[in-house]
Amino acid sequence: MTTIHDRKFVSSDPEKCVGCCVCEYACSFEKEKSFNPVKSRIRAVRLPPVINMALTCRLCEDAPCVAACPRDALTQSTETGVIIVDGDKCNGCGWCIEACDYGAIMLHPEKKVVFVCDLCEGKPKCVEWCPEEALKLVTADVLAQKARITAVKKLFQESVQPKK
Amino acid sequence: MRLLFDNSTPGTDPFSPENPLILTTGPLSGTMAPTGGNGHAFVAKSPLTFGVGEAKSHGFFGTELKRAGYDAIIFSNASDKPVYVWVDDDSIQLMDARHLWGKSPRETEEAIRDELGDYYVRVAAIGLAGEKKARPACIINDVSRAAGRTGMGAVMGSKNLKAVAVRGTNDVNVAKPDEFMTFVKEMHERMKGPATAKYKTLGTPLNVLVHNSLGALPTRNFTNAVFEGAEKVSGEYLNEKFVAKIDGCSSCAMRCEHLAAVNEGPYKGTTCRVEYEPLWAFGPHCGVDRLDAIIKAMDLCNYYGLDNLSTGNAVGFAMDLYEHKILSKEDTGGVDLRFGNAEAMVDLVHKIGKREDLGDILAEGVRLAAQKIGKGADKFANHIKGLEMTGYDIRGLKTAAIGYAVSFRGADHNRHGAYAADLKGTVDRFKVEKGRSKIVTDIEDLYAVIDSLIVCKFSRGVYYKEYEDLAKYYELVTGLEMKAEELKRTGERINVLGRLMNIREGFTRKDDHMPPKVMSTPIPDNTVSKGSFVSQKELDFMLDDYYAQRGWTNLGVPTPEKLKELGMEELTPIVERKI
Repeated sequence: MTTIHDRKFVSSDPEKCVGCCVCEYACSFEKEKSFNPVKSRIRAVRLPPVINMALTCRLCEDAPCVAACPRDALTQSTETGVIIVDGDKCNGCGWCIEACDYGAIMLHPEKKVVFVCDLCEGKPKCVEWCPEEALKLVTADVLAQKARITAVKKLFQESVQPKK
Repeated sequence: MRLLFDNSTPGTDPFSPENPLILTTGPLSGTMAPTGGNGHAFVAKSPLTFGVGEAKSHGFFGTELKRAGYDAIIFSNASDKPVYVWVDDDSIQLMDARHLWGKSPRETEEAIRDELGDYYVRVAAIGLAGEKKARPACIINDVSRAAGRTGMGAVMGSKNLKAVAVRGTNDVNVAKPDEFMTFVKEMHERMKGPATAKYKTLGTPLNVLVHNSLGALPTRNFTNAVFEGAEKVSGEYLNEKFVAKIDGCSSCAMRCEHLAAVNEGPYKGTTCRVEYEPLWAFGPHCGVDRLDAIIKAMDLCNYYGLDNLSTGNAVGFAMDLYEHKILSKEDTGGVDLRFGNAEAMVDLVHKIGKREDLGDILAEGVRLAAQKIGKGADKFANHIKGLEMTGYDIRGLKTAAIGYAVSFRGADHNRHGAYAADLKGTVDRFKVEKGRSKIVTDIEDLYAVIDSLIVCKFSRGVYYKEYEDLAKYYELVTGLEMKAEELKRTGERINVLGRLMNIREGFTRKDDHMPPKVMSTPIPDNTVSKGSFVSQKELDFMLDDYYAQRGWTNLGVPTPEKLKELGMEELTPIVERKI
């Protein structure tokens, strides 16, 4: 069994994301063989004028969606952390949707059951297609490492900049 | 265009209910095809040119419309009260828009999204200028994207149609999915390369210094061709000081949308997407070297729903009239409307948007405004067929000059791109010579195809094999066999159709003209292009050469034989009486 420290999820860098939604198309094509953002497991969010970011499942520890399901239709893989939906048990009631802070679990427009990112067996298509390389398959720890490096770089830059 | 042709009668007033407004998506819309997936176009008879009007836009609106299941929507007639159209997949409703009247396109977009309670609704809307039928009004979607040229927003306003809101949740499928994805991947790779580098780095404002160094930057309403303040409005300076973020459209693997923010001065807090043409229209063209004011003027155009190019032209035109004492301080409401007065420029955009004072006259476009003002104002009204000029000084770009003169849309660089040969130096750009028209017709036909596929012109460089690549796109998406040769012929047919529609409206050879100052004012600056202008003799030569190249008569009318060759025999009655 792996812990949350080893779990890799798809993270979007808002500095790089341009809001083009290529990830949505790549996802819906991979999973549903059609171009339809409504069936994508990852969704890009644009807040004009300058904010862009794509969101998908973050494989939370003790995932609230799983806890919220009154029909035990959701389980979390102990190995990868991916949320597994039992299509026979799910009746599309939407408790899990309300429980998710990221809007990452959604109701399928035709199947009437919920669906969520399954990481494409460890090789997410969205990451492969993102033209800006804004998407990465990472662990939380790697994100923290990157944040620390960025922060230190900034401090260093400020300290060497000439005083105005 | 064909839909307009089939659904309208010649001689109709552009603001009459009989002028249909046509909204279309392209064959690639809704697919993952980079740039092709997200386009849409508005087509109607233009209130500026009184001929074919059409403007394309990208963003997210077109793709949503396709997913709702529509290839085209024709808005005919007019509403007697303000409405917006709500397209919710299969359901289409006319909604009350009285509470939206007077709002900007962006405010309208936000208000509609709020009241419909769905944040993925996409909206294309007009602003105050469109409501008041200001002829250069445009239609704006997704905050900053405009179907800008030829006054489509004014036609929409004449129908009391404030906005079109769309939500589409259906699948879009292609005929050959796996091959299509391989091809898209190839396009993504190409888009990482040099063909799109300009758009991803400095963006189109890169042109400022290039044009300036070539003596091809129209300055002060085509008085000069070099701008002393070019450095201060250059793409380089803009990106260093103002650009906050670069965004992309839906399904695009490039990103071109340079979002600028003004952080200090009187226009602090203004944010707007910037491109070369609007920057030129309010910058060099008005003699203004302050980017903060230029960005403000662009933002105001988005606010009122005005075409930046035509509006900037109108301001520069008014400044030229003021300098020549055709407009007095009384006419300008006490404003010192000399070239370079940035505050006066911003003020005049407000007035055009609201149709107040002098702005009310300028909102008619420079051709009609010149008629109203009189006193020889027409000598300063730089338009072709009623559509205002763009940022290429064709006094010293004589291949481009042909393309401008004959374009069915009016003064336009986007339907021919013939400036490329001049700027790259593959031809002597100061010379008029036989055979030059071949360059123009070749690129016109290619651009017609690109426009009809509604693929973004910024991506043109990635279709290495031109028609062959575009035909492949078409075939993979639609499943209909398409050969490069046939697609080229289609390009020619489209250009002939545009021509025929204008002929049907009474256009003749004299409508293939130059803006007055291009012929009257040789470039005075001490630069490579010094002394260059287009003479009547040169224009005649260009037109003769172009018509001959197209196989048209020397009056610019396609012959019945030509129509037969192109399989357009049914349109012969239009030309019969003209030959």
